[in-house]
Amino acid sequence: MNRQGRPTQPATRAAPEGLSTFSGNKGLQLEEALIFEIGSSQTTGVDLAELPASAKSRIGDLARTEEIGLPGLTEPECMRHYVRLSQKNYAIDAGIYPLGSCTMKHNPRLNEKMARLPGFADIHPMQPQSTVQGALELIDTLAHWLKVITGMPAVAMSPKAGAHGEYCGLMAIRACLEARGDARARVLVPESAHGTNPATAAACGYSVDTIPATEEGRVDLAALKAKLGDDVAAIMLTNPNTCGLFERDIIEISEAVHGVGGLVYCDGANLNAIMGKVRPGDLGIDAMHINLHKTFSTPHGGGGPGAGPVVLSETLAPFAPLPFVVVTDGAYSLAEYAPEAEAQGAKPFGRLTAFHGQMGMFVRALSFMMSHGSDGITQAAEDAVLNANYIMASLKDIMSASFEGPCMHEALFDDRFLKDTGVTTLDMAKAMIDEGMHPMTMYFPLVVHGAMLIEPTESESKQTLDAFISTMRQLVEAAKAGETERFTGAPHFAPMKRLDETAAARKPVLRWTPEENASHSAAAE
Amino acid sequence: MRYLPHTPEDRAEMLARIGVGEINELFKDVPAGALLKGHLDLPSATSEMSVERQLAAMAAKNTAAGSVPFFIGCGAYRHHVPATVDHLIQRSEFLTAYTPYQPEISQGTLQVLFEFQTQVAALTGMEVANASMYDGSTATAEAVAMAARVTRRQRTVLSGNLHPHYRDVILTNGTYTGESFVKNDPQVAGEEDLASQIDDKTAAVVVQNPDVFGNLRDLTPIAEAAHAKGALLIVVVTETVSLGMVKSPGAMGADIVVAEGQSIGNGLNFGGPYVGLFATRQKYVRQMPGRLCGETTDADGKRGYVLTLSTREQHIRREKATSNICTNSGLCALAFSIHMTLLGEKGLRQLAALNHAGAVTLADTLSEVTGVELMTPCFFNEFTLRLPKDAQSLVEALTEKGILGGVRMSRLFPGEGAMDNLITVAVTETNTAEDFAAYRKALEEVLS
Ligand SMILES: Cc1ncc(COP(=O)(O)O)c(C=O)c1O
Repeated sequence: MNRQGRPTQPATRAAPEGLSTFSGNKGLQLEEALIFEIGSSQTTGVDLAELPASAKSRIGDLARTEEIGLPGLTEPECMRHYVRLSQKNYAIDAGIYPLGSCTMKHNPRLNEKMARLPGFADIHPMQPQSTVQGALELIDTLAHWLKVITGMPAVAMSPKAGAHGEYCGLMAIRACLEARGDARARVLVPESAHGTNPATAAACGYSVDTIPATEEGRVDLAALKAKLGDDVAAIMLTNPNTCGLFERDIIEISEAVHGVGGLVYCDGANLNAIMGKVRPGDLGIDAMHINLHKTFSTPHGGGGPGAGPVVLSETLAPFAPLPFVVVTDGAYSLAEYAPEAEAQGAKPFGRLTAFHGQMGMFVRALSFMMSHGSDGITQAAEDAVLNANYIMASLKDIMSASFEGPCMHEALFDDRFLKDTGVTTLDMAKAMIDEGMHPMTMYFPLVVHGAMLIEPTESESKQTLDAFISTMRQLVEAAKAGETERFTGAPHFAPMKRLDETAAARKPVLRWTPEENASHSAAAE
Repeated sequence: MRYLPHTPEDRAEMLARIGVGEINELFKDVPAGALLKGHLDLPSATSEMSVERQLAAMAAKNTAAGSVPFFIGCGAYRHHVPATVDHLIQRSEFLTAYTPYQPEISQGTLQVLFEFQTQVAALTGMEVANASMYDGSTATAEAVAMAARVTRRQRTVLSGNLHPHYRDVILTNGTYTGESFVKNDPQVAGEEDLASQIDDKTAAVVVQNPDVFGNLRDLTPIAEAAHAKGALLIVVVTETVSLGMVKSPGAMGADIVVAEGQSIGNGLNFGGPYVGLFATRQKYVRQMPGRLCGETTDADGKRGYVLTLSTREQHIRREKATSNICTNSGLCALAFSIHMTLLGEKGLRQLAALNHAGAVTLADTLSEVTGVELMTPCFFNEFTLRLPKDAQSLVEALTEKGILGGVRMSRLFPGEGAMDNLITVAVTETNTAEDFAAYRKALEEVLS
């Protein structure tokens, strides 16, 4: 003890078994109730002007008189609520986030700053076009970069995310075929495809015909050819595919599909592996969406927003949806309606969204691309591929790599190495959470058992990769050594223990209700 | 390049571990002729300062809404967003997280979604809401498709006063689905007779409230007519702030409510990203598109949240999914939810009242100008005027004078002569008495 009574010896004893706190908090991990439990309808965190005494109503007898049920918090309470909630999230800013197929790379804050310039953030989509020339220029500039990177002659900018881009591409294909008087009925989709592909084909009125994969994890060319016929509208191919492999028969596949009068859609979710290395336009592709929220680093925001521009071949370009930017003698304008578009020689298939696309994402993506430049873009793809192969090379002796390498930007393993350990892919993922890493994508693609798809991206340093590899090796060894509890009970150290997803689906509670709350507090008593 | 951590030595060591001599050996599956030799024909890497300079130059060519008296609405509205909102959505843990696939380390996002769903359900007067759609227009098209699934019918009646871009998105999405659509002409002032168009093959009626001209209507009779024939009423709201004042679509009998949530928490952003709200009745929940967050417990019995009912979704159901949507508008939903929490019911009602009061004042002021007529008797914060001349030249003349005075209806309804002299004007809490005076003065000058 010193003179103030402050202990000077370090505390030595470990916490007793089963110790819990009175508050439920655990140091920096703070519990947080729902706004409906802490706020009130009479509280507000904004100071608004008084209503003028003379204010008249013109809403007739449509006034909303009953209570709405929206609690408010004062500004300081609101700040705490969301800061506390944020602390229960993992994020790419905090550590490696190797979700395969999702391309969780560094999100530069320059891009955020640029997107918030009032000249981009505070302009209305229906402003007179003379007052938004810079915005249209930005869209056109981004379009140019996308066309050069993909080697394609045209791009539709309005799709809101990857799946919306797929829809755009398939609608353009269908419109093109209809214009030939040959609508066709079937779309071929490899079994390894993302779920959005078959869902999109169905939304365009096509039936989905699944093509099997080879032992090597690629499209089975012979099976594909056997399925080709004059009722095939298109193939939806992902390249690099969702097993992280380049479809090396791509040119032959394109030729075969074109040979029967069909078109080639490419799911471009994995463009990150090949940008600046090979151009889809040189591979016979007719349409491909680009997830700006993957390849070009617009932040994923816990579930979006994204942006899914679609590059188009000469064949499909005329069918691009409204609206689109037109440049005449250095002046920009928007073709918003069919007659304006037809004057440009276009035959748009329709309109995908109310306005012109995800402008906020466009600014961020262009800022990212300009920063990289042509040299940085190629380097980023090379580093992404290098990192994935490094992981593959460092883990394949103890985990089961599904296919022969080299891989592209992601390394696919399956659960054969866990055979007879009592540990599943899910358990492995949850144990990774305990180690402070975000798990890889699990159980996708569907072509291998217990898939673990690891995509490190180019943002991870060698040091981070080495630490990741070393932890993974220790986990795998522990699983093989029979340390089952480490896995089946995981996560042990996350803000929550494993959540019961089955119960959630069996009796869905999708909103807070006062009654629910009453039963909660009754149960607590 | 500042974003890439590897040194040349790192790369060499890593290639050695992999067992290849140079990077292109990893690209050996790319057809040899297609592998690029040099760099793309684009500018090379550049500094943060230089990017900033180039983009700021482009931004400077635009007229920011906040720099002029501004009255444009028609589906996107300029409201004040508290500084707290933009700060919180830029927290790393919200901004740079993926969709919450691992709930144990995503409770922040998940609890926000649960709160968001509850707020949207309350606001629309419905029982359940999803975790967001891309925007109001795509949410509307999804609602139409959902009504066809629920009713197993294929015919949809579209109000003529629906935002024409929303109408076009519905029509596009319905091109190859076997659905048919009954279209109506816009009626700026008159009542539309939708009830008589509903028959026992009708899946849904789609009505916007306030409509594209700003008109507010009681939709109860349409709801009754729809329900009498077993059809659903889909109500579209493009100005969500109106729900702080106007009877909810749920209270008027809506079965599905879709809305553009941009007004709350989100900037104009030249049209995107925005956030689609989607709410319906509990009994239709399994037919809903999009992600849903639900409550559950963890292994210790502690309350927590997960994504749920995913057997509706593309990653499980593939071609039989209710929608192909995957990435949605998570961060915009967060912004919406934070702003709504700051407002609370009290603040939202006050905000709505201020918007309405401002619009009434401006509508009265402008309709005092000779030859100008207010066409929308009952409205929230947006109204339509008939001018004694064509609105296109008026909008241009106002723009010359530094006033962005509204949307000429000939831009939204091209080729419909009846629209030539109509302008739709929106007012929000951001407009001042000086803005109103400037507008009136400019209007008088242009019309005199
Ligand atoms: C291979 C693949 N295709 C399509 C998509 C769909 O993209 P989005 O989520 O942007 O709609 C994704 C991403 O989730 C994907 O990984």
